[in-house]
Amino acid sequence: MPKLYSGAEIVFKCLEDQKVSHLFGYPGGAVLPIYDELKNHPSIKHILVRHEQGAGHAAEGYARSTGKPGVVLVTSGPGATNVVTALTDAYMDSVPIVCISGQVPTHLIGTDAFQECDTTGITRPCTKHNWLVKKIEDLPKIIHDAFSVAMSGRPGPVLVDIPKDIQFAKAVYKNFSNKVSKENGKSDKSFSINEINTLIDLMRKSKKPVFYTGGGVVNSGPEASNLLRELVSMTGFPITSTLQGLGCFPGDDNQFLGMLGMHGTYEANNAMHDCDLMINIGARFDDRITGKIDEFSPKSKKVHIDIDPSSINKNVKVDLPIVGDVGEVMQSIIKTTKKNKPLFLKSNKQNIAKWWSQIDKWRAKKSLNFINSEKKIMPQHAVQRLYELTKKYDTYVTTEVGQHQMWAAQHYKFNKPNRWMTSGGLGTMGYGVPAAVGVQIAHPNKLVIDIAGEASVLMTMQEMSTAVQYNLPIKIFIINNEYMGMVRQWQELLHEKNYSESYSAALPDFVKLAEAYGCVGIRAKTPDELDEKILEMINVDKPVIFDCVVDQNENCFPMIPSGKPHNQMLLGPQDQKSKKITGKGKTLV
Amino acid sequence: MSKSAYSNPTKSGKLDTHIIVVWVDNEAGVLARVVGLFSGRGYNIESLAVAEVDLKKNISRITIVTTGTPQVIEQIKLQLKKLVPVHKVADFMRTDKMVIFKEMALIKVVGNNVKTNKAFIACKKFNPVILDKTKKSVVIQITALRREIDKLIKSLKNKGMVSVSRTGAVAMTRGSETFK
Repeated sequence: MPKLYSGAEIVFKCLEDQKVSHLFGYPGGAVLPIYDELKNHPSIKHILVRHEQGAGHAAEGYARSTGKPGVVLVTSGPGATNVVTALTDAYMDSVPIVCISGQVPTHLIGTDAFQECDTTGITRPCTKHNWLVKKIEDLPKIIHDAFSVAMSGRPGPVLVDIPKDIQFAKAVYKNFSNKVSKENGKSDKSFSINEINTLIDLMRKSKKPVFYTGGGVVNSGPEASNLLRELVSMTGFPITSTLQGLGCFPGDDNQFLGMLGMHGTYEANNAMHDCDLMINIGARFDDRITGKIDEFSPKSKKVHIDIDPSSINKNVKVDLPIVGDVGEVMQSIIKTTKKNKPLFLKSNKQNIAKWWSQIDKWRAKKSLNFINSEKKIMPQHAVQRLYELTKKYDTYVTTEVGQHQMWAAQHYKFNKPNRWMTSGGLGTMGYGVPAAVGVQIAHPNKLVIDIAGEASVLMTMQEMSTAVQYNLPIKIFIINNEYMGMVRQWQELLHEKNYSESYSAALPDFVKLAEAYGCVGIRAKTPDELDEKILEMINVDKPVIFDCVVDQNENCFPMIPSGKPHNQMLLGPQDQKSKKITGKGKTLV
Repeated sequence: MSKSAYSNPTKSGKLDTHIIVVWVDNEAGVLARVVGLFSGRGYNIESLAVAEVDLKKNISRITIVTTGTPQVIEQIKLQLKKLVPVHKVADFMRTDKMVIFKEMALIKVVGNNVKTNKAFIACKKFNPVILDKTKKSVVIQITALRREIDKLIKSLKNKGMVSVSRTGAVAMTRGSETFK
């Protein structure tokens, strides 16, 4: 007779077979049997968070910085509902998360039992798939399938809901981890060599090409970033990246035009608007990227390389869709070009010389410039100093959401993938602190910084307690302007400076708050002391909350105002008077 | 209908009626996944018919009548194909001559023999079957296209019809071919 295992034991056997080393979770009544089993599995370390949302974001930080799935364990009812924001965030940004939730015992489901909620119902629209385990015999296959669904194709979150009686029930364990379940024949690799040839032909004929790359390159693995570098240097084409794709291509390389989109650089957005060939690699034509969709890059042939067929033609109609893993597609492009079109490699740099001189003209606008001050710390200056003082380390940066996030994206240059963790699709304030916890867990000896805003950081501040418990020396670098800065900026530009509820009239003393948590608190108030304080922060081997007091009125530029196309950007305070946002633009988000 | 919050709703294409057929694993919550996808992404469902068609493999066939621009219909199909329990998705235009569409309706008519007979005759073109008959009433089953049933029901309103129950459309291709 084969050995029988309890449901709780099976959960851990699956996690062990999936080589999971860390679990982010919070106990509660309906997962107690699983927590009871934890002690018997020393290879799996549990990280106790302070709120289930924190567990979710920590798992996201872990997943994005390693490429491995993040695993979350929460209880039923409020445990599950608290993790919904993180699951939605992971869904929008294609982060692989496996969430295991407890559920009331099977016989109590549907009776409005204590801490019962319809977890699979609530999480259905924010997961790739979810399962309610009704029979103990199904448990091993479901958990292994969950990992497979989370990691395959375009990655994303999944949830397995396990009723308490199933955690106690016993069954045989079977390892399904090696069986790649090609469920219902869903394939994600269907590109053909013809498509590659068509693309190379387009590239050969193009006079004004641009690469537009996104998070898909990160998700495809570190090799994809190497291939991207090879492809870009081989073709000599300019490249711009979305928020999520930063780091795949070196931020300080001359071929890199900077980030594009709503707060992208002048040269990147104009190159997108005027190009004759746009090659989208693993990005999804998000509305923050395209601006006004009817006037989006009107003269270009558009190529879209993506692993998710439903991303093709969703927002923007493309001329050549190539469905496949971006790494494999790029490899094929490089190989085929070298083999069949060696002449192209030589001729093409002259072909696009005019295009580059146009780009250099746009560059000369220096759209990221700002007026620095000697009295007050300007937020952009703070990020620039932080970059200069940390670039010699292999630094991991997370952010919250708002102005500081955009300044970080504009002024912090990344050279490697998986170093930049930010909530792009959902725009979740409070993402950065728990994400930093997850990143530091995965990379104990690396410098991990959360570039934060004082409003965002208060949403998940409790996770500092987690950082202290596990000796995680994360650095929370708060760009403190006492406003919800991005809200204030929109109110200034779009709502006649009616700063409705965007000022935080009461804020904690962040230095004292740090001390209360058992962290180190540092405050910088003037540009003179900034460098010295940043160095102090880097050198402390403890969690730090850094209160960087900055100018309160600075806005984030450049900016494509709502309802405007790429070539009508606001460059700064002078520019905005001449291009006032009116009428319809106001109603947009 | 603005898909992107950033862009103004612009030239929306021509709306076509399509019949989407989805083969799914018949498991708990699968209909909610399909229907939730439609409501969540703002697609429209005109009618819905679903039942298990393969008792051994537990496969259900869902037939959805929907309207949308060609781009939206394409998205519907691609999004459906991403759902884990979905096996395959077929898409037919309502105007497609190679596809048979049928809906069924049960109609209850109350009245004397003369009245119920008149009602039955009115149904004559739509394969009427009398399922129940009393001295004062009759229940007639008909199969027809949606618009035909709409019209019939309108005309039966003053002929003693007291209740009607309708299914969604089901579809099948003509000839020996099946959808792979």
